[in-house]
Amino acid sequence: MIEFDLNGERVRVDIEPETPLLWVIRDEIGLTGTKFGCGIGQCGACTVHLDGKPVRGCLTPVSAAEGRKLTTIEGLGPDADHPLQRAWFELSVPQCGYCQSGQLMSAAALLSQNPSPTDAEIDVAMSGNICRCGTYDRIRAAIHQAAKEMNDGKGGLG
Amino acid sequence: MTEVTRRGFLQGGAAVASGLLLGCQTRPPQARPHDLSTQEVGTFDTWLNVTPEGRVVLVVDKVEMGQGTWTGSATAVGEELEVDPLEIEVRHAWVDDKFDSFGIQGTGGSTSLSDRYLPLRETAARARIMLERAGAERMQVPVESVSARDGFVSHPPSARRLSYGSLAADAASQDRPKEVTLKTPEEFRFVGQDRPRVDGRIKSRGEAMYGMDTQLPGMLTAVVVRPPHAADRIRSFQADRARKMRGVVDVFEIPTGVAVLADSYWRARQAAKQVNLEVERRDRGSAESAALRAEHRRLLQAESGKTLRNDGDTQAALQGGERVIEVEYFTPHQAHATMEPMNCTIDATGQSVQVFMGTQAPGIVRDVVADVLGRKRDDVVVHSCLLGGGFGRRFMPDVAYEAAEIARRSKGPVKLVYSREDDMARDFYRPATAHRFRGAVDAQGTALAWEHRLVAPSLLGHMAPRIGGALGPEWMRGFMNATASGFARMVPRFTGPILAHEGAENIPYKVENVRVESVLHDPGIQVGIWRSVGHSNNGFVVESFVDELAVLGKQDPVEFRRNLLAEHPRHIACLDLVAEQSDWGNPGPGRSQGVAVHESFDTVVAQVAEVNVVGSQIRVERVVCAVDCGMAVNPEIVRSQIESGVVFGLTAALKSQVTFEDGVVRESNFDRFQMLRMNESPAIEVHIVPSRHSPSGVGEPGTPPIAAAVANAVYAATGQRLRELPLRLQA
Repeated sequence: MIEFDLNGERVRVDIEPETPLLWVIRDEIGLTGTKFGCGIGQCGACTVHLDGKPVRGCLTPVSAAEGRKLTTIEGLGPDADHPLQRAWFELSVPQCGYCQSGQLMSAAALLSQNPSPTDAEIDVAMSGNICRCGTYDRIRAAIHQAAKEMNDGKGGLG
Repeated sequence: MTEVTRRGFLQGGAAVASGLLLGCQTRPPQARPHDLSTQEVGTFDTWLNVTPEGRVVLVVDKVEMGQGTWTGSATAVGEELEVDPLEIEVRHAWVDDKFDSFGIQGTGGSTSLSDRYLPLRETAARARIMLERAGAERMQVPVESVSARDGFVSHPPSARRLSYGSLAADAASQDRPKEVTLKTPEEFRFVGQDRPRVDGRIKSRGEAMYGMDTQLPGMLTAVVVRPPHAADRIRSFQADRARKMRGVVDVFEIPTGVAVLADSYWRARQAAKQVNLEVERRDRGSAESAALRAEHRRLLQAESGKTLRNDGDTQAALQGGERVIEVEYFTPHQAHATMEPMNCTIDATGQSVQVFMGTQAPGIVRDVVADVLGRKRDDVVVHSCLLGGGFGRRFMPDVAYEAAEIARRSKGPVKLVYSREDDMARDFYRPATAHRFRGAVDAQGTALAWEHRLVAPSLLGHMAPRIGGALGPEWMRGFMNATASGFARMVPRFTGPILAHEGAENIPYKVENVRVESVLHDPGIQVGIWRSVGHSNNGFVVESFVDELAVLGKQDPVEFRRNLLAEHPRHIACLDLVAEQSDWGNPGPGRSQGVAVHESFDTVVAQVAEVNVVGSQIRVERVVCAVDCGMAVNPEIVRSQIESGVVFGLTAALKSQVTFEDGVVRESNFDRFQMLRMNESPAIEVHIVPSRHSPSGVGEPGTPPIAAAVANAVYAATGQRLRELPLRLQA
């Protein structure tokens, strides 16, 4: 049995400890927002947070989550209304949308570390995520917009 | 504490349960999904339903794969029905003959909005009139005194209003108005506005349901262990160890390989590694990338092929030209690499067969599944899921065929999932092509001769056997399947490389002497349609060679093109706009510019690429685009689609290719099949040429010109003319 916190709830799964988080989340727990793209950590579609840090779900064994906090796209913001998610909608970022859960999780991890990233910093943080539809320009703009909103909201850097 | 048992986590509360949906639609499968025409009240023209609660449901037969079809369709309907498009619930249609587009129900060729824009508006306008009539009747006032807007039919004199929902049933039973007057562009509230996508929210929340996300009670996951090459045969296989592994339910042979069925993907995949095939090697054709290049070179010189176009006398013009060049261009195979690997779920255990799949051709899927399972077409229900990328790959029904072969032998519903490696190994690739150009200019630098010989396989030849049976009525299926195979073998010999020549023979440039020839050559590699199809290769070679002629004639590349485009005002308008917006002739410091213009799918796109060359590194810093796609129904989607086409084309221009060794693909995953990433992605600007013409496609036309725009910029920077994709500078 492996126990961890998933989006604020404690869960316990009976599974081979080497099973990648991606497949535990999708096939055992049934949350399908986290996507399978390549299986070798090259595309980032399976990005989730382990204790707030982005990890590739396809390469991280579930045993690594034991006792830790796992966050998926379903738990990113209260009521699925994270400033990034709003910016994604407002700037029409998603096209096919398949990679976007992973993009959002990478972007959220970036903003939690760096509230006002530059273009170059965004490039570094986001280059592990492939988007075949080529939404990179809009992702960049949406991260800036969300960062501004989050900073304004705090009344700090506005 | 939530105890997670095998997908039995319902006690986990709403946050978890929301992910537990049946299939890819947001409600359980029905016998006939969303068939509004037969039962439900409040239905207008099949496509549109207003529920008693006032929800507006729009069924679209064109599938959403990122290109914005849902949003475009909802915009057309919302405009005439006077409802905000974001308030409209869009769903994919069932399979029905009335949705046929090109003999089959399918999505491709950048036709979705151009085909559906007017019919959808007419349907919605009729529905609005019927709602107004029903409202006037209910309020007992003249119909001229009421108007429909934002979900209500209002009667201002009496300050009364009735909701669309309360009127829907009565309205739908009104006589259909024979004539409808559509709104004029001046009256538009939504068409032409920048507005968010109707699928933008669900796709930002992980709520969008793709085929891969299908979950059915008792469903198993299947993976297939295939021989290295599709032509190879399995003599026998060993699966004793796999069968004993945890979660494995069944292992059996199907025509394409050995299927491993387990209670999860990971367990199926682990077990598949323990399956050993004894493979009998069959003829793999001449599928070797290195040898193919040599063969292409030989064919370019030795064969004249089939004449596609012959204006004037190129031979004489080449002899008489002041300056003459002869050059060769080559493009490699490309994979589609949709982010969502191929998959298909089939439940063949009930009275009807339920198929869940993201597909560009649900009509073909229905036919193929019916064939394999020996069922009538009407017994097969295709639930079209969202597509995690299509780009032409999801037009092919091979995955549904394989899934049906598995479902036939499975006791329960089963989801077939390709690994990325499976997806790369069994694609219908963009073909590798070869081109010889000869051209001449006179002393003034005017183009005199244009001769283009291209070598390519027939795309249709590879596709026809897979889709043939779906093209005719049910009673002709056997015949159609048989003739499609015959067609695939025979017809290309007479017709040449069908589809692969798009964009080569109909060049817009006015040159006195033009000859275009095609040589059919098929190395036995499975090929298909890849975003913009023939245009993707021909956009590169044609727009590169025009640039070569401009250089040969010592002319500015924009001016040279303009002078040859007098009969093509849309091309000129795009060129002028892109030249102005890019500040043509004044690239930023350290940068060089290249231009290209290409028409595909009735849309013209001009692009200026600004590149920075450091050593042998090509960095594309900025791409400026001008597009004429008729009326832009949602300019934001037009821009995003052109951006998308540019990035897709840049991947092929700078990074990716598929190569074959002994018939087997070497680029098995994204470590070797490299795609453009954010740190390599340029700033992209898209400018739309104002137009009142009906909308044309935008999903594909952004791709064809970009490789040439970059190559032309690299020439401007270095003097090196790169005639091969991906573009590689010599150090």
